[in-house]
Amino acid sequence: MSKIKLTKVAFNGTAEQEKQLRDKLAEIKKMDGALMPALQTAQGIYGYLPIEVQDIVAEELGLRQEEVFGVATFYSQFTLNPQGKKQISVCLGTACYVKGSGEVLEKFKTTLGLDAGECSADGYFSLLATRCVGCCGLAPVLTVNDKVYGKVTVSDVEKIIAENR
Amino acid sequence: MYRNHILVCGGTGCSSGNSKKVHDEFEIQIKEAGLENEVKIITTGCFGLCACGPVVVVYPEGAFYQHIKPENVKEIVDEHIIKGRIVSKLLYKETSETNIKALNETAFYKNQKRVALKNCGYIDPENVEEYIAYDGYQALIKCYNELTPQEVVDIVKASGLRGRGGGGFPTGLKWQFTKNSVNDKKFVCCNADEGDPGAFMDRSVLEGDPHAVIEAMTIAGYAIGSDQGYVYVRAEYPIAVKRLQIAINQAKAYGLLGKNILGTNNNFDLEIRLGSGAFVCGEETALMASIEGLRGEPRPRPPFPAVKGLFGKPTLLNNVETYANIPQIILKGADWFASMGTEKSKGTKVFALGGKITNTGLVEIPMGTTLRTIIEDIGGGIPNGKKFKAAQTGGPSGGCIPAMHFDIPMDYDNLISIGSMMGSGGLIVMDEDNCMVDIAKFFLEFTQEESCGKCTPCRIGTKRLLEYLEKITEGKATMQDLDDMEKLCYYIKDNSLCGLGQTAPNPVLSTLRYFRDEYEAHVKEKRCPAGVCKSLLQYYITEDCKGCTLCAKKCPVGAISGKVKERHIIDVDKCIKCGVCKDVCKFGAVIKK
Repeated sequence: MSKIKLTKVAFNGTAEQEKQLRDKLAEIKKMDGALMPALQTAQGIYGYLPIEVQDIVAEELGLRQEEVFGVATFYSQFTLNPQGKKQISVCLGTACYVKGSGEVLEKFKTTLGLDAGECSADGYFSLLATRCVGCCGLAPVLTVNDKVYGKVTVSDVEKIIAENR
Repeated sequence: MYRNHILVCGGTGCSSGNSKKVHDEFEIQIKEAGLENEVKIITTGCFGLCACGPVVVVYPEGAFYQHIKPENVKEIVDEHIIKGRIVSKLLYKETSETNIKALNETAFYKNQKRVALKNCGYIDPENVEEYIAYDGYQALIKCYNELTPQEVVDIVKASGLRGRGGGGFPTGLKWQFTKNSVNDKKFVCCNADEGDPGAFMDRSVLEGDPHAVIEAMTIAGYAIGSDQGYVYVRAEYPIAVKRLQIAINQAKAYGLLGKNILGTNNNFDLEIRLGSGAFVCGEETALMASIEGLRGEPRPRPPFPAVKGLFGKPTLLNNVETYANIPQIILKGADWFASMGTEKSKGTKVFALGGKITNTGLVEIPMGTTLRTIIEDIGGGIPNGKKFKAAQTGGPSGGCIPAMHFDIPMDYDNLISIGSMMGSGGLIVMDEDNCMVDIAKFFLEFTQEESCGKCTPCRIGTKRLLEYLEKITEGKATMQDLDDMEKLCYYIKDNSLCGLGQTAPNPVLSTLRYFRDEYEAHVKEKRCPAGVCKSLLQYYITEDCKGCTLCAKKCPVGAISGKVKERHIIDVDKCIKCGVCKDVCKFGAVIKK
């Protein structure tokens, strides 16, 4: 699995977010195997899973901190870092890759000065490499938040960035 | 009764092309024409021909419209719906060529046989009544009324159905083993953690026909003696999750799921659990660990899940497509199913066609269909006049099929004998522009990243294997490295704990077997024949150069020189191979070689 990067951004969760999470966890903890749904819910509320949020989950579910940390760092969809306002996800599924999505990702890296998995200093763009969005007919594909761009070429990259800035 | 049905594809491919807006526009236009009581508009699951998306089909004529945008809708309503004149310029090209051709006579559909995808693209997946109208839940009724649990298992066994997730284990045997385990609690699980990049069969079934999976799992619950099921779905499939949840709620409301199903004493409940992006969770023991709320790490088998599975209880775990076959096997009989396919691989298989092929999309074919039929007839061949190089099946666990095996019947055993595997059904076509070493490296990057790290041969082995491939693609490897790399492949295969590690070297081994010359060109001549591996290529300006100076202006390191209206030259020592010159050249005069 990939290396764990801990965020340097200070935690700024609100009391409302915490109440919302604790209320939902009270329901979720009745399930068998509650930790995954609990973390998915927590990330839905905060956008990421900083240690402070993991502690709330551990406390409510009666688990040890390291058990929660172990699961939160195992799955690639859980992120310990805050994500940018605009998430650019370039599909690196096989169908997209053979049609050149690797080059598209490279172009984003050089243009934005970010590596895959990083967020820009102003918190605006984050760049991700994803595995198969599932619309292989449109390959190469990328998404910016929920918007899908199909049949993307290297020369579209600057236009897509400008459109979303 | 409606005089017209307008079917708008709502699969992920077409949805990404904005088919939701097309649906909404039809609602507006039909309402404006005052036809809302005569024309019914529904959003369906995937039609399969994703290359033509967004797709709209209008019945009773069955007119197959392709690439429909919201602005085309008015024309279809005015001409086709109101005046009865099919808008032929918007039709799928093959159906409009001479006179209007029925969809199932086109090359794409004619060679297909739809069993698992029977209802995909025909019914509204969010309406249980449409599923029921197409014989839905009849198989469940038949089981409850006419068959004992053992008879159900016997039918599945006799059908010859094998696991569609890729392993190909006989499904009936799995059911028998789980049935034989004695315990007060058993579970039925569905593996919808379709992690192979480039594969989307299971997602299309869940999006297009979710009740088929629910019905099959309920039947399985009856057969093995379980009252609780789980569907483990990738979180990356939001539409599939939503439709499955709607289907579960509707089934419960209709008394088809829950307590005392259909007024009998049978109980079966179903819950969805979401994955969170770990490829290894497609492995059965890892999947169950994940449902339990743990890190998705596999454990040694035995004990097999049939004996000790989820929460320590006997568990039946099948793939989505496997389940999708069950209701029809029960209804039409084991002999009907066994009449399709080859001697040891019965029935059909769904493939997700992708890569360098004209008709990208979803196809279902009888087992034993040749690669030639799939690529040339159904797939419409390779675009841009390029030459076929290989087809990749089985994703990161599989291998490449070169042109020499074009006529081999595709089934479980044949694919293994030529060094690939059925896998879950991703079929990616590659042409002469794809470098096979680079493809092997691509898959190893994937498996190396997705290795869970529990066992050493996989965790460290895949890392070392990837390093060999990086050396080769950078032109730094020796022939000794090639031999060592091959040995390492077999070591990883023999010693890894689970299927991920045991199959991870397959992409390397199969490309070495069929494309050794490409590996040797990288090693001996420091050359990438397909022109992909960056470190080995040089940019070169041909005689087509008009001397427009654009490339020289754009070059970030000033490596290009030349006078106006004269051919330019790249200084290979300065060049950083960024490719900007090739991108900006309007005359195609910059090439990689």
